[in-house]
Amino acid sequence: MTQKASGFFNWINARLPIVNTYERHLSKHPVPKKVNFWYMFGALASVVLIIQIVSGIWLMFGYENTEEGAFASIEYIMRDIEYGWVIRYMHTTGASMFFAVVYLHMFRGLLYGSYHKPRELVWVFGMTIYLVMMAEGFLGYVLPYGQMSYWGAQVIISLFGAIPYIGESLEIWVRGDYYISGATISRFFALHVVALPLILIALVFMHLVALHEVGAGNPEGVDIEKHLDEDGVPLDSVPFFPYKVLNALVAIGIFGIVFSIIMFFFPEGGGYMLELANFEEANPLSTPEHIAPVWYYSPYYAMLRAVPDKLGGLVVMGAAIAILFVVPWLDRSKAASIRYKGILSKIAMTIFIISWLMLAWLGTVPVTALRTTLSIIGTVIYFAFFLLMPIYTSIEKTKPVPERL
Amino acid sequence: MEEKITTRRKVLIGMTSAVGAVGASFAVVPFVASWNPSAKAKAVGGPVKVDVSKMQVGQKIQVSWRKQPVFVIRHSKEALENLSKVESKLDDPSSLKIEEPYRDVNPTRSTSNEYTVIAGVCTHLGCAPKYYPEMESQPWDESWVGGFFCPCHGSMFDIVGRVFKGVPAPTNLKVPPHYFDGSILTIGEERGTA
Repeated sequence: MTQKASGFFNWINARLPIVNTYERHLSKHPVPKKVNFWYMFGALASVVLIIQIVSGIWLMFGYENTEEGAFASIEYIMRDIEYGWVIRYMHTTGASMFFAVVYLHMFRGLLYGSYHKPRELVWVFGMTIYLVMMAEGFLGYVLPYGQMSYWGAQVIISLFGAIPYIGESLEIWVRGDYYISGATISRFFALHVVALPLILIALVFMHLVALHEVGAGNPEGVDIEKHLDEDGVPLDSVPFFPYKVLNALVAIGIFGIVFSIIMFFFPEGGGYMLELANFEEANPLSTPEHIAPVWYYSPYYAMLRAVPDKLGGLVVMGAAIAILFVVPWLDRSKAASIRYKGILSKIAMTIFIISWLMLAWLGTVPVTALRTTLSIIGTVIYFAFFLLMPIYTSIEKTKPVPERL
Repeated sequence: MEEKITTRRKVLIGMTSAVGAVGASFAVVPFVASWNPSAKAKAVGGPVKVDVSKMQVGQKIQVSWRKQPVFVIRHSKEALENLSKVESKLDDPSSLKIEEPYRDVNPTRSTSNEYTVIAGVCTHLGCAPKYYPEMESQPWDESWVGGFFCPCHGSMFDIVGRVFKGVPAPTNLKVPPHYFDGSILTIGEERGTA
């Protein structure tokens, strides 16, 4: 029996590289032996991706992508389909959790210089994933065709109108109508459930392939490739499987508990994850009193509002995302990790965090003169953090980075 | 001989690529064009009629034309006389930056000397601005003299939809084609075009 089984396995393995792949990416893939909790968010992001794909497919069973039917079909899912509410709240909570873990994952990158040579491409692929996620989240939010779906989309699509000359026709082209209608919903639906997820999965694949080529970083910023054993395996590494996989399982368990608490008890997230105005059907004639994006877009929305010019606002918002792509080339520090960087980097990082959180808050509250001023200050700090990075990371004195982990 | 073959290969590669590129660009056309408004979407959106005689002075009503809000405001005499006073605050008091269909006809910007007819779509990012006719201090402007305030991004317009300086909206609110037949206002076409 065992002989037969191994014969069958060998037959397969000679045609499909099972053992090779298992060894290369799991049992013999070296990862730094000492990392901290900040290194768990990548694994959590892939878990959320799976949650989103599965719950998304289940939502499609009940959703109707028409102007007349969209809003009612969400209520149908929530009330009439057995456990439909769980599936939907899983998807909406998943969206917020996706951004939460990705923001923490990105922040880890900034904190420990994960983008330093040779991991620049890993960072760039990651940023592209983030960009596609923002588009994916926006498209998904439009599908229920509630008030906030409608007016949020109205604002975002109107951004295209700021582009000189072609703007207005581009707006109509994107909507496929003179207002956000059934035509818009059905194309957004196709993009949300097929086109962008395909791109997202391809990008995640590239992100991981590039990561496995150069190896994971660590909080010390130590290059573990410098000290190898006689087999060429880094001395400060452990195999990814079982050591890191089991580690990640604990993190996934804790994450699952947090996720469930939010999903079952606070699915609306106090109006920051599901906005109250979206429990009302879209009305093209009446803008809600206060339009705010869901929390994960709010810092960029605050920047858009800070600029008293239509095209200028669009450019600033786009630049705020674009600048993240080039961070690997802005950081000139000899030390990757914040632990060994100088005082200037530490001050800059602290101010940056505070201003980012302030912008996130400002993007969710109505405009007043004072808040506009604060938004402008926050926007300036955001850009200064990145644009001045080549200067403060090269003039400051770094601490010596240890040889071993 | 060798060189002749290489040249021939280059020419062949160049020609196939050119044909391929032309084919690919033609193939893109249906995919791009299918995103334009369909014949069905273009067909809906005829003119709408509304009786404005019942409106109070100072009142604003909202009419739906092509599923977009159109504001009709009935102004008092004083309000119209005050229009010139806010001009110092305005970015484009004479609507020179946009196509103004009824320029220099009435201070209301419409074909009537009492009613204003404007698209209720903020020229910034498309929200419907709110009407605050009272001349009193507001959270966004202490010396507010009445007009429209967009809740989305804080753009301000006067009572006939002219944009203030220093706000995100780039231009005045648009005036849709319309005409009055007594107290019946028709929005969506010019007199005598239908």
